[in-house]
Amino acid sequence: MPRSGIREFFELVQGTDDVISLGVGEPGFATPWHIREAAIYALERGKTSYTSNLGLLKLRRVIARYLAREFRVEYHPERQILVTVGVSEALDIALRAIINPGDKVMYHEPCYVSYHPSISMAHGVGVKVPTREEDNFALDPRQLWNYWEPGVKALVLNFPTNPTGGTVSIAQLREVARFAQEKDLLVISDEIYGELTFAGKHTSIASLPGMRDRTILLHGCSKAFAMTGFRIGFACARSELTEAMMKVHQYSMLCAPILSQEAAIEALQNGAEAVARMKDQYRRRRDLIVRKMNQSGLNCHLPNGTFYAFPSIRSTGLDSKSFALKLFEAKRVATVPGNAFGESGEGFIRCNYSTGYGDLLKACQLIDAFVQEL
Amino acid sequence: MEKILQLLIEGEPFNTSQMAEVLNYSVEEVEARLAELKEKNILLGWRPVFNPAKEIDDWVRAVIEVKIKPEREGGFDRLSERISRFDEVESCYLMSGAYDLLVFVKGHHLKAVAGFVSERLATIDGVLSTATHFMLRAYKEQGFLLPGAREDPEKPKISP
Ligand SMILES: Cc1ncc(COP(=O)(O)O)c(C=O)c1O
Repeated sequence: MPRSGIREFFELVQGTDDVISLGVGEPGFATPWHIREAAIYALERGKTSYTSNLGLLKLRRVIARYLAREFRVEYHPERQILVTVGVSEALDIALRAIINPGDKVMYHEPCYVSYHPSISMAHGVGVKVPTREEDNFALDPRQLWNYWEPGVKALVLNFPTNPTGGTVSIAQLREVARFAQEKDLLVISDEIYGELTFAGKHTSIASLPGMRDRTILLHGCSKAFAMTGFRIGFACARSELTEAMMKVHQYSMLCAPILSQEAAIEALQNGAEAVARMKDQYRRRRDLIVRKMNQSGLNCHLPNGTFYAFPSIRSTGLDSKSFALKLFEAKRVATVPGNAFGESGEGFIRCNYSTGYGDLLKACQLIDAFVQEL
Repeated sequence: MEKILQLLIEGEPFNTSQMAEVLNYSVEEVEARLAELKEKNILLGWRPVFNPAKEIDDWVRAVIEVKIKPEREGGFDRLSERISRFDEVESCYLMSGAYDLLVFVKGHHLKAVAGFVSERLATIDGVLSTATHFMLRAYKEQGFLLPGAREDPEKPKISP
């Protein structure tokens, strides 16, 4: 298994001071105080034990209500929701639960760095489907038919997408659903950025007719609620699939940390206002960075979700790794080379624009100066 | 809400050209809008926010609860405006509840504030009583958490 492309860059950047970093995969905000306070309160009341393997029942009920309201899909809190240690764990156990050695798993690329390795670690075989800049990195459903091979068992989706900010239209999502039904696939849908959709409302593929029972919906608190350090995710699926995931989770993780589960209850019940506030900031900062990148000659589509911009650096003649490296060496601005997210990310860099305006403006100026000096 | 107003409320220390960049306006446009906000008395002025713990001017601060006698015409306004005009008064609000005015004052030392209360404020006709509370320590100043209470997380600079 190759070392993650992001790690060597991490080591280089981590050891340097005075860096403006657009290179992180998490929100620029700390967790809203009312959520942190709920964790403190839980600690004071001595909530220091294990919980049910599935997670606190109260949290699962809150998740069920939240998903019914926000994602329009219903799960039974006692049998169909499993609280995990981040979506990271949820993804891993979902794959391990459904993949037999040699089963093929389709995923769209550029994508989150874990997908391909997680498929391999579950003894599956990854089949990648590229998404393209000219489609604003939406998934063109026809590509699914083109790249399909016999032996594909599951399809991993992630909209809005890390690193591209791509989303799919409802029409495209319906076509993706039709493909999954036609080919009888299970869908693992990582909707961790769901709330961070700017134009239109996020639609879960699980909410489309006939899709709930062939979908494992993965979601969590890390992104929209700015709770990466709490490590709370959840996997939702029909009972047999949840039970299968539960078996892996039970022996490898036992349960998610109780304090974080308590914080998640507060987040999902009372976090809407804070999420809206952060999302408004993301939208405005997105508009700023996209404008600035385009002005600098780095062609940048308008991402419809997440807090990442994914400008093309092809006009500079550099590959993404050299661009990121040289930019860092010359200007101390850290970005992530697009090929860290798979070959189809080559020619792009990922910029997290959730950092403060001051740093964002400075970073844009430095990138501009760097590009002009090339 | 107007975009420039929102930016001001958020309190980032921008000059007009940075505001222009963020809002995608021209600098002239930003200046015109700021002038308009002033014109309309929405924006009263600019002031830096200092850390009270640093005692840059050795200010002593106090909050004073003041009971005043309302008047047949104008209610509390005439007296409240009169009290507000003192240089020592930083802010002055009409309150519901056990007293009428909440007055934020500052002075160079305790005696100056005490003198202001007993000689200036309490002697005004119509001021019925005062209760003065001296501020001991600030934890948050106009939206800014003071260093010490602020967190500085050990965040990686690159992550997936
Ligand atoms: C698409 C995607 N899925 C999953 C994760 C992992 O999130 P968690 O913090 O819930 O493990 C990330 C984090 O960057 C992500 O971008």
